Amino acid sequence: MALLNEQLQGQLKEVFSEMKNDVTIAVFTQKGACYSCEETVSFMEEVEALSDKIHLEKLDIEADSERAKEYNVTMTPSIVLLDADKKYVGVKFNGIPAGHEINSFIPGLIEVSGAGEALPENYLEQLNALTKPVNIKVFVTLSCPHCPGAVQKAHKLALESDLVDAEMIEAQTFGEISDKFNVSSVPKIVVNDKYEFVGNQPLQVFLQEIAKTQN
Amino acid sequence: MELKFSADFGSSFKKEGAFDKSMLYDLLIIGSGPAGLNAALYAGRKGMKVGVVSGKPGGQVVDTASVENYLGVSFATGEALVEQFMNHVKTLKIPMLNDADVEAFEKKDDGTFELKLLGGDVLKAKALIIATGSKPRKLGIPGEDQYAGRGVAYCAICDGPLFEGRDVIVSGGGNSAVEAAVDLAKIAKSVTIIHRSQFRADQIVLDQLNAFNNVTVFLQTEIKEVIGEQLMTGVVVLDKETGETRTVKADGLFVEIGHIPNSQMAKETLKLDNHGEIEVNHLNETSIPGVFAAGDVTTVPYKQIIIAAGEGAKAALTANDYVNRLKR
Ligand SMILES: Cc1cc2nc3c(=O)[nH]c(=O)nc-3n(C[C@H](O)[C@H](O)[C@H](O)COP(=O)(O)OP(=O)(O)OC[C@H]3O[C@@H](n4cnc5c(N)ncnc54)[C@H](O)[C@@H]3O)c2cc1C
Repeated sequence: MALLNEQLQGQLKEVFSEMKNDVTIAVFTQKGACYSCEETVSFMEEVEALSDKIHLEKLDIEADSERAKEYNVTMTPSIVLLDADKKYVGVKFNGIPAGHEINSFIPGLIEVSGAGEALPENYLEQLNALTKPVNIKVFVTLSCPHCPGAVQKAHKLALESDLVDAEMIEAQTFGEISDKFNVSSVPKIVVNDKYEFVGNQPLQVFLQEIAKTQN
Repeated sequence: MELKFSADFGSSFKKEGAFDKSMLYDLLIIGSGPAGLNAALYAGRKGMKVGVVSGKPGGQVVDTASVENYLGVSFATGEALVEQFMNHVKTLKIPMLNDADVEAFEKKDDGTFELKLLGGDVLKAKALIIATGSKPRKLGIPGEDQYAGRGVAYCAICDGPLFEGRDVIVSGGGNSAVEAAVDLAKIAKSVTIIHRSQFRADQIVLDQLNAFNNVTVFLQTEIKEVIGEQLMTGVVVLDKETGETRTVKADGLFVEIGHIPNSQMAKETLKLDNHGEIEVNHLNETSIPGVFAAGDVTTVPYKQIIIAAGEGAKAALTANDYVNRLKR
């Protein structure tokens, strides 16, 4: 059964017509116990079919461990978006981006294709000043309406800086890591596993927390 | 886990509706909840050059599990209702700037207004409608901030799934509190409603609550403190009838005790009442000519979707008259 109904497919085709360059979706799964791996792959297949610019690569976290390492993939299912040169740009989704998260996943594709809007100048300056790697984890639930906003911001920062890696983590799929970071409200944002805040805060707040990692 | 897609990216990519940050608008509306969206609809239909600037598209309605009291709509999820609102407004191709936080506004000598956005952008308009709504009120007790995001939560539909099979408390006695309790009762092991006075919720909502057998209610009981270690483990309550203090154990506390207006940007400039609500008259005029306000952020009583929407319409019509008068 199709996950995306006809109406949604139509909407998506229209949105994808805005894509500039090609994007590759690299989806990592695992044999055996993997919650929602199957659904995630079907979902990605359906998305791929909606645009000539979207390409799908199905990978296995063990068989393709080199690639997994390259993109810092440690959980399954995990979706990594690669740009036209098949380069990892720091945009990752752990767990199926269904429910509300379709609203971070689809814009993610558009952004990685190069069709996104530029960030205001002073944010770019702050990003350009970074010297050390930054990892941003955004914990979400699929029923959270303002989570995609936070995921989009984190991914935008990753796109604009080679030093920033940003990942959505679906809290129910990955209970263990969510418990480790005491996730009980979403979106919860954790920077370099150390600095955290809750809520879809303005970009300035993301940048403030990021700045703390640079000392 | 809900796999159903809640897509909401309809126009954000379409070029035609792109938001021009440099032009002088007839009217800029701050906020895209029911008040802001209905204002946009009315202003657009009047032919005004109108734009909408907001943080979160749809406002509080998207955080609402179900809406059953909007005329003509016997049941809709909050999101579905917002989508209908949005689709209606989009027919007029009104540009919307999302994820924008307005920090302040200023009236210039030539009578136009400048909106200052977080991040540095400045937008210009002849008139403004402030429809910034409200945000959850906090309890203001020890431990609340410390355990925020560690058990203390303010959005039941967002954080509810994280409390599957656990014990949670809902604080409050109005419709939002009881509706949150109903939603949580489906997921959590137990739900305890704690409220310092009597229920204010509608009977029809209370009837839904009574259908669950994992719900306990403590009325006339005040939460005094949130306690815990790494995560919250419970709350200390005062039973107002017996005067006794005791601990109620729980993994989560959902605070649903009403709202406070998002009026920070107007604090220095507009007349507010002592709750921080923007004072408006029956024409939605504020203390500065050319600045109008509508919805939850104003002194208009009863914070409801239909009321906010109606107020938004009114504000747009008054703003239209105002801008027309400038032309003469
Ligand atoms: C859980 C819950 C359940 C509810 N259930 C119902 C119900 O069943 N029926 C009903 O009638 N009502 C219900 N309500 C109340 C109803 O949602 C509100 O009365 C209504 O949304 C108010 O509309 P508004 O447009 O005034 O403000 P809001 O909906 O609060 O929208 C405010 C808008 O302003 C934006 N904004 C705020 N500050 C800024 C800023 N500085 N810069 C830019 N943008 C800004 C926000 O991002 C948002 O877009 C419920 C509320 C909640 C929280």
